Amino acid sequence: MNPIYIARAPEVAARMLGDEMMIMSARTSELFSLNATASAIWQAADGRTPLADIVEGTLCAGYEVTTEEALRDAVELVQNLSAHGILQISDQPIAESTP
Amino acid sequence: MSLSQELNARAMALGVPLSVHLDLTYRCNERCVHCYLDHDDHGEMTTAEIKGVLDQLAEAGVFYLVFSGGEIFMRRDLFELIEYARSLMFCVKLKTNACMIDAPKADRLASLHLDCVQVSVYSHRPEVHDAITKLPHSLERSITGIRLLRARDIKVILANVLMQQNVADHDGVRALARELSAEYTVDPTVTPKMNGDRSTIQFGIGNNELVQLFSNSELTSDMKELCSKPSAIDDAVLDETPCSAGHTSCYVSPYGDVYPCVQFPLPTGNLRKQRFLDIWRHSSGMNEVRSIRLRDLTTCSTCTHVGNCTRCPGLAYMEGDMRGASSADCQKSIARAGIGNGEQSDESARISPPLLAGGLIQIRQNRLSPPSDKQDGSAVGAVS
Repeated sequence: MNPIYIARAPEVAARMLGDEMMIMSARTSELFSLNATASAIWQAADGRTPLADIVEGTLCAGYEVTTEEALRDAVELVQNLSAHGILQISDQPIAESTP
Repeated sequence: MSLSQELNARAMALGVPLSVHLDLTYRCNERCVHCYLDHDDHGEMTTAEIKGVLDQLAEAGVFYLVFSGGEIFMRRDLFELIEYARSLMFCVKLKTNACMIDAPKADRLASLHLDCVQVSVYSHRPEVHDAITKLPHSLERSITGIRLLRARDIKVILANVLMQQNVADHDGVRALARELSAEYTVDPTVTPKMNGDRSTIQFGIGNNELVQLFSNSELTSDMKELCSKPSAIDDAVLDETPCSAGHTSCYVSPYGDVYPCVQFPLPTGNLRKQRFLDIWRHSSGMNEVRSIRLRDLTTCSTCTHVGNCTRCPGLAYMEGDMRGASSADCQKSIARAGIGNGEQSDESARISPPLLAGGLIQIRQNRLSPPSDKQDGSAVGAVS
């Protein structure tokens, strides 16, 4: 599998509330809430670190789950977030863009 | 319970100030007859001071941030402040009269991915609107600004405060909103000035007009809930908190004063002298506001309307007692429900949709309107 790079979309607002991440899309006015593990992936979405490395560092370290299972779930998550326009996905590193 | 309601409940439980209304200035290019502010500069916070406040608000967990005034475009550093707020990932709403927005400003706003821009529009008739703002051609200029924003797909809300001068114009302003592809909200509340001067109250609409507004299905978005007869009062109702002011929201003045709400000028601390979280968590004023439950209200706890009333504790405070009644809200409760104190109806059913099934990685979403930055819930509340 080619490496997947992820970066937070510039048109979102986000804040941790307890152990969950609130995200608001300025484009659609949709509100999202990510649980702790999804939040960890979101926070690590710097556009430079491959998703597989993020998963290895955030999910596999803290949960009894295989790398393959975790990566499969993570890919599904980032595709879902990308479909809602709140996360950018690329097979190349993504330059940081500030809102 | 919607996701936004759930997050608000969680913020309440965690003591997180989810929403902050920050007035950047009280200076203004308009002189609205009903305005609750003075328009002199008594020593506004500097750019660096406001950035420091924003850092503290982000650290405290604030998500929804309203920049208001006065007229925010009177500040030369406005874009620097918005850019800084967005870099801290706040969900930013602007309140402005839009008169000073030109094409380059609209371009910059579009690049900042705001939640929305709320523009005060009193009437679709220039002679009425301009007589309220006391600024010639202000309606024309506001509409020009709104068109520039909408041309860049920035969400705009027309805020229509209704007074005696413009009470008949809500249909016209709603039509204007439709023409501009903007949303619309209406509010029949005129508040006293922050210094306690109550002369502005004279502009408020009368009871008959209020009844007509609340019985207008095109203006009242959820008539069934908002205008239902009062439900039975039990311990659960009496244990409720009056509103979000001081619980999940607060207000910061251009001078760094922190209040529970823009309409609740109870001094709780100043950000030039104290850290925000110290004020939020430890000030005696905030903690007193937080301690109040409906059962503690001197007059309202025995009122039929206590469970449904949009009583504003700030307005009550400005009438002399934060535990007392707010006469404007008494009037609204009676107008909404169509009955006085003493009558009741069946409790309306509440439906809580099940949450999505959980997995290792969860994402939940809903489409929402962010919580009102004005915490009294007094607006009739409609969008078109």
